[in-house]
Amino acid sequence: MTTEVLERPSGEAPAEAALRIADCDIHPSPKSLEREIYPFLEKRWQRHLERYGARPRQPFLNGPAYPKGQPDAARRDAYPPAGGRPGSDLAFMRAQHLDPNNVGFGVLNPLKSGQGLQNLDFADAYCRAINDWQIAFWTREEPRLKASIVIPYEDAAASVREIERCAGEEDYVQVFMLNRTAEPMGQRRYWPIYDAAAAAGLPLAVHAFGFGGAPITGGGWPSYYIEDMTGHAQSSQAVLTSLVFEGVFDRLPGLRLVLIESGFAWLPALCWRLDRVWMRMRDELHRCKRRPSEIVREQVFLTTQPMEEPGRPRQLVECIDWIGWDRLLFATDYPHWDFDQPDRVLPSWVDAEKRRAFFTDNALRVYGRQMP
Amino acid sequence: MTRHVVAPVSEFPPGTRRCVVLEGRRIALFNVGGRYFGLLDRCPHQGGPLSEGVLTGLVEAGAPGDYSFSRPGEILRCPWHGWEFDLATGRSRFDPRRHRTRAFRVSAAPGEELRAETVPVRVEENYVVVET
Ligand code: FES
Repeated sequence: MTTEVLERPSGEAPAEAALRIADCDIHPSPKSLEREIYPFLEKRWQRHLERYGARPRQPFLNGPAYPKGQPDAARRDAYPPAGGRPGSDLAFMRAQHLDPNNVGFGVLNPLKSGQGLQNLDFADAYCRAINDWQIAFWTREEPRLKASIVIPYEDAAASVREIERCAGEEDYVQVFMLNRTAEPMGQRRYWPIYDAAAAAGLPLAVHAFGFGGAPITGGGWPSYYIEDMTGHAQSSQAVLTSLVFEGVFDRLPGLRLVLIESGFAWLPALCWRLDRVWMRMRDELHRCKRRPSEIVREQVFLTTQPMEEPGRPRQLVECIDWIGWDRLLFATDYPHWDFDQPDRVLPSWVDAEKRRAFFTDNALRVYGRQMP
Repeated sequence: MTRHVVAPVSEFPPGTRRCVVLEGRRIALFNVGGRYFGLLDRCPHQGGPLSEGVLTGLVEAGAPGDYSFSRPGEILRCPWHGWEFDLATGRSRFDPRRHRTRAFRVSAAPGEELRAETVPVRVEENYVVVET
C-alpha cells in the first residue's frame, strides 16, 4: 500500500538518532527460490523440494501451525514496493529500517531453511544453500549485515561439518538453531554442535520456533497463535535449564549462548529457582559445577524483542537492573509484525551509558565485532 | 483553528487515502465512502504509521457464536502490532480512554469559501480541508 506525501516531514529526529544501534534479529527472505536459492542447491534437492516439499517434523502441516498476527507474520508496511515477500528486498530494508533506525550492525536470522525438516539429507543441503545465499545476496552487498550459520541440528555430524565449512568466512557471526528441538537441548546428541561452535569462537544462537515433534507448549497444543507466541518464553526456559543442568556450560566455559525472540523478564525468576534447586540437588545434578545464576551472568545473553510491556515502564527497567544491563542485545525482529521500534522501547529517563550497552555495546562484545 | 486545503475533492475519491504534513505533523487522511477522516499518522503504541494500516469494521460478540460486523471501513488496524482505532475519534478499541491518537476534522468546502487561503484554489472546485 502506498500513500502519497504532500509536504516533506519536518525532520523530527528520533531520540536514538545519535546512537548507531545493533539489531540482533533481522529476518531475510529470498525473492525467489529459483533465482536465489537454487544456485546453491544441488539439482537432486531442487527436485526433492518440488516433489515432496519441505516437510517439518510435525503432523499434517507444511509450515507454522497457527495463522500469525498479520499475514506472513509481517508488518503491513514492510512489503517491498517492487514486490516480493517482506524482508526480501535489500534496498527497501535499507530505506525502511537500516537507515532511518540507524542500524550499524544487523544480524540476519533466516527462519526458512532446512531446520526442523524430517528428511535429514535434504535439511543439510537446504541449510548449506541458505548459508551461501546469505553471503552472496546480503552480507557481500551490505557490510552492516552479518550472517548466521544455519545448521540441520538433528544431525550433529552434518551440523559440525557445516560449522567447519563456514567458520572461516568472517561474515558469519553465530551458529543458529531453533528452540523446539526433538530432545531437550542439553542432551548429548547435540554436544558436538556446541563443541564446534565453541572451537570456532562463535556464539550459539537459539531462536524461537522450530519443529521438534512435541506439542509446542508444556501443556499441549494451544488454541490460539498468541499462545504459540507466548510459549517461546517457556521453550527458552526449557533450553536454558537443560543446557545448565546437563553441564554444557561447564564443559565449555568459553561457549556463549544467545536466546533470541523469547523476551527476557522471566530470567530473574528462573535463575532464583535454578539456584535454589541446584543447592539442594547438587549430588544428582553433578555435571553442573557452578551456581546457575553465575553461569547465566557469564555465558548467557538474550535479545530483547518482543519486549515485555508492563503498565508501569519503571518495572521493566527494574527487571533489567536485576538481569544486568550487560546481558541484553537489542533486536527489532524486522520485518515481522511484532517488531520493536528502537526509540520507543526504553523510557526516556534511562541514562546514556545503559542505553549504549543495551542498544550497541553488548552486541558488539558478544559478537566480537566493531561497527563497520 | 487553522484550515488547510489538502486536495481538490476530485483527486481524493472514496476508497483512497493519503498522508499530508501539516505544521510538522504527519496526518493520515481517508475517504471512506465519501466521508473524510484524519488521524495523526503515529500509533500511540510504538509509533507505527497508521496510514499504512488496514481498514476494517467493528466486530462485536455478545456471546460465543453471536457476533456482528458493523461500521465497515471505519476501524483502522495499525500495520505493526494490530491495535485498532476508531477513525472518527482516534480512540483505540481496547482501551478508548487511555490509548488514542489525535483525530482531525476533515471536510469538503467550496473553492469560493476558501479564496483567502495561501494555496491557490479555483472557485468552481470543491476542496478537502483539514482543521488543526
Ligand atoms: S505501533 Fe501500532 S500497534 Fe504497536
